[in-house]
Amino acid sequence: MKMPQVLAFLFALFAAGLGPVSADEAGLRQTIARFATAKDFKATEAVVRELAATGDPAVELVLLALADGNLFVRKSDSAVFVGKETGQSVTLSDPLTGEKVGEVAKAEITKIKVNNGLRRVIRDLLGGLTLGSTDPAARLAAADTMFRTPDAANIEALDAAIGRETVASVKTRLEQARAASILVSDRSDEDKIAAIAVVQARGDRDALSLLTAVVARSEGPVREAAEGAIVLVNSSLVLWAAGQNVWYGISLGSVLLLAAIGLAITFGVMGVINMAHGEMVMLGAYTTYVVQEVIRTSFPGLFDWSLAFALPLAFLVAGTVGLAIERGIIRFLYGRPLETLLATWGVSLILQQSVRTIFGPTNREVGNPSWMSGGFDLGQMALTWNRFWIVLFALGVFAVLLYVMKRTPWGLQMRAVTANRRMAASMGIRTPWVDALTFALGSGIAGIAGVALSQIDNVSPNLGQGYIIDSFMVVVFGGVGNLWGTLVGAMSLGILNKFLEPYAGAVLGKILVLVLIILFIQKRPRGLFALKGRAVEA
Amino acid sequence: MITGRFFASGADRRVLFTILVLLVVAVLVPVLNLAVPPDSMFHVPTFMVALVGKYLCYALLALALDLVWGYCGILSLGHGAFFALGGYAMGMYLMRQIGDRGVYGNPLLPDFMVFLNWKELPWFWYGFDQFWFAALMVVLVPGALAFAFGWFAFRSRVTGVYLSIITQALTYALLLAFFRNDMGFGGNNGLTDFKDILGFNIQASTTRSALFAASALALALAVYITWRIVGSKFGKLMISVRDAESRTRFLGWRPENIKLFAFTVSAVMAGIAGALYVPQVGIINPGEFDPSNSIEVVVWTAVGGRGTIMGPIIGALLVNTGKSYFTGALPELWLFALGGLFVCVTLFLPKGVLGLWDQWRDRGARRRAEADTPPPGDAPAIVRATPAAPAEHRALGAAPEPQPAE
Repeated sequence: MKMPQVLAFLFALFAAGLGPVSADEAGLRQTIARFATAKDFKATEAVVRELAATGDPAVELVLLALADGNLFVRKSDSAVFVGKETGQSVTLSDPLTGEKVGEVAKAEITKIKVNNGLRRVIRDLLGGLTLGSTDPAARLAAADTMFRTPDAANIEALDAAIGRETVASVKTRLEQARAASILVSDRSDEDKIAAIAVVQARGDRDALSLLTAVVARSEGPVREAAEGAIVLVNSSLVLWAAGQNVWYGISLGSVLLLAAIGLAITFGVMGVINMAHGEMVMLGAYTTYVVQEVIRTSFPGLFDWSLAFALPLAFLVAGTVGLAIERGIIRFLYGRPLETLLATWGVSLILQQSVRTIFGPTNREVGNPSWMSGGFDLGQMALTWNRFWIVLFALGVFAVLLYVMKRTPWGLQMRAVTANRRMAASMGIRTPWVDALTFALGSGIAGIAGVALSQIDNVSPNLGQGYIIDSFMVVVFGGVGNLWGTLVGAMSLGILNKFLEPYAGAVLGKILVLVLIILFIQKRPRGLFALKGRAVEA
Repeated sequence: MITGRFFASGADRRVLFTILVLLVVAVLVPVLNLAVPPDSMFHVPTFMVALVGKYLCYALLALALDLVWGYCGILSLGHGAFFALGGYAMGMYLMRQIGDRGVYGNPLLPDFMVFLNWKELPWFWYGFDQFWFAALMVVLVPGALAFAFGWFAFRSRVTGVYLSIITQALTYALLLAFFRNDMGFGGNNGLTDFKDILGFNIQASTTRSALFAASALALALAVYITWRIVGSKFGKLMISVRDAESRTRFLGWRPENIKLFAFTVSAVMAGIAGALYVPQVGIINPGEFDPSNSIEVVVWTAVGGRGTIMGPIIGALLVNTGKSYFTGALPELWLFALGGLFVCVTLFLPKGVLGLWDQWRDRGARRRAEADTPPPGDAPAIVRATPAAPAEHRALGAAPEPQPAE
């Protein structure tokens, strides 16, 4: 051990010895020291229970460390420490205060062994302990643990906790945990029926399983009350499940919207069938990948901002490629939609193969920034952050595009060219430029869709292929040349798909949607929101 | 009499030539394969017979697409679906012919059903142990699907790009459906491990030669039928629907019926192509429904020259030979080549290689005509059904420009 560390260690001992040590703390230290002599799991468990029985929040640190396998005994003096392994050495810290004590080699210490049974005991005990924690989230977690593993012995502790609780949401959970504990106690039927009402108000799957257990072991009015509560909980769960399906549908719909909205511009406004549209999405996703690679190697701190850099770059990359395609190929094929379709299909093959040659055929890893990973609960619905942000992002892109089309001079020119090309040209609008820029805009939007899709899908050269048919369906279903139609089309197809899935399975659901669209087009060959005009068919 | 008509014009001479070549090939190649000793330089190896037989099926498929696209203006991006359905009908027959020689030795159920623990044959497999029934289904199933689909689509006047997209959706939906195991068509793996066809071993070189001859004859027959359809009054109506659908309707014809007929005939031809294809390659799986396969068929037709009878056959043979070469020698370049082909053909060769050949010959003829004294006025009136680019039918002097998809 190096000199400064020895000094620090001595100082820590000194401070521990001379500081304002309460009788409690000295007692705790004695108990903790007995971990070193515990011969088997049973003995260790006895020490754990003794520590927990003190009810002192300070033991949380040592118990957590034990559960995680981070509690060590120093061979030289049988002192117990919390350790953190870093390579060959272990950083030790005080089991109660968490102060850093020093660093030792792995050989100088032994780990205190734990098994799953012991971990469960620790978790349950911590649930009770953390009721007194200063962190509301910890108290909430404790209440939930006690709700799931109710024990009549907890009632007093819970009563005390409810009395001093100030945060309303935590208080509700504590009351629910108390109700659960009452249901397993031998209290009067009135108390139990009141408790059932509290549990029913919670209304989730945990409440349902608790109530089912109550029905199984009780009779008379309690049983009836529990049965009634189960019916109510079930019906509310059905509603929440429907809500969850709607959310999944909106989430899928927003993905479809992102993929299709660029197509709504190029196909709807210009009448160009761009089969390479999916590849624009793919280019956007690969741009994200490249940006993240650069950030990972050069500026790791900026990783959370990677998408902010990727968005404009993806727009530029896909937009430039789109501009090149329009100037190089499509402008020679105007008025020949079927030829355009074939030529752009060829372009899509070339783009795919180029990406495969440059980046390889395998999936590339694109990471989620921290603010996009994880999820949250809304009532009984589980929402993930990345889906949530993508829904918002899709709606944002839609709003911006709507603004560009309706409120800017450029949008005005685009609409003028769509409505009457010759008249627009006579008014001095340079229609070839409007065409080129419109196509670039549609492609650029596809690029930023790729940034979003890289967060939820595999980034591979085939990424675009998966979206091209769906996007066409959305545009054709919603009606060509109408952004609102695309929005309604995407959302209704997404929600329809997700509602069919539970009954028909994912694949059959998708087939049904395709068949429905084919039938729908027979009925309304121009989609939901058809443009009205006098244009004569060719 | 009929030969007189064959020689009536350039296009017809070309059709006759195609039919003759196919008939000769149908006889010659099996003979060269079977009767000529393997060490002779004229011997055609069996793998070559199977390969070219496969190409002939593709050519038949391309011709079927040409009938609707080149002559009737319906760009179907789902013709692979009819091809695959015909193939599945044939595959089901071949599957039943395996009998108890499968891995599980079940006399009634194909292997994949035993594997899925099915107890009895699904109803739609009944009858496929008879060749005549399977042959009927090869024609009926694609035909009925095309008829039903076309009936709805053409009546509600779904045209142009919209039609292309929903045909693509059709084949995509079928792709997803056939991938499912509980559809009863072998799921992901499809149908394979065939043994016999009509009692002959499917691996034997005699059977392969017979299948080759059957493909060549079928293609020759299809060329003849297409030629008769196109040359008839009905064919003129098809071309008028292609070039000016509204005008045809205003003149009192029913474009939807014309299109429906062409679409159904074409689907039947595609189904027969599929049925001949399956025994030669020995497998049919849902991958044949892939929309990209159907689009590839379009490029064969476009390369050869749509709106001609010889064009799609040349296109299918050329592109597939190129594909076999590239995927063997330079696999990573094949998609570049195919993509480039799409772009170049649409930009520079709107009439395909056949159109290029005609253009080159016309120019040569004109140059000769200018050099010599003009021959006495016996220039044949060549009536050829080559499609003019739609742009040419628009108002005179209108520059090509985007049209909103209305």
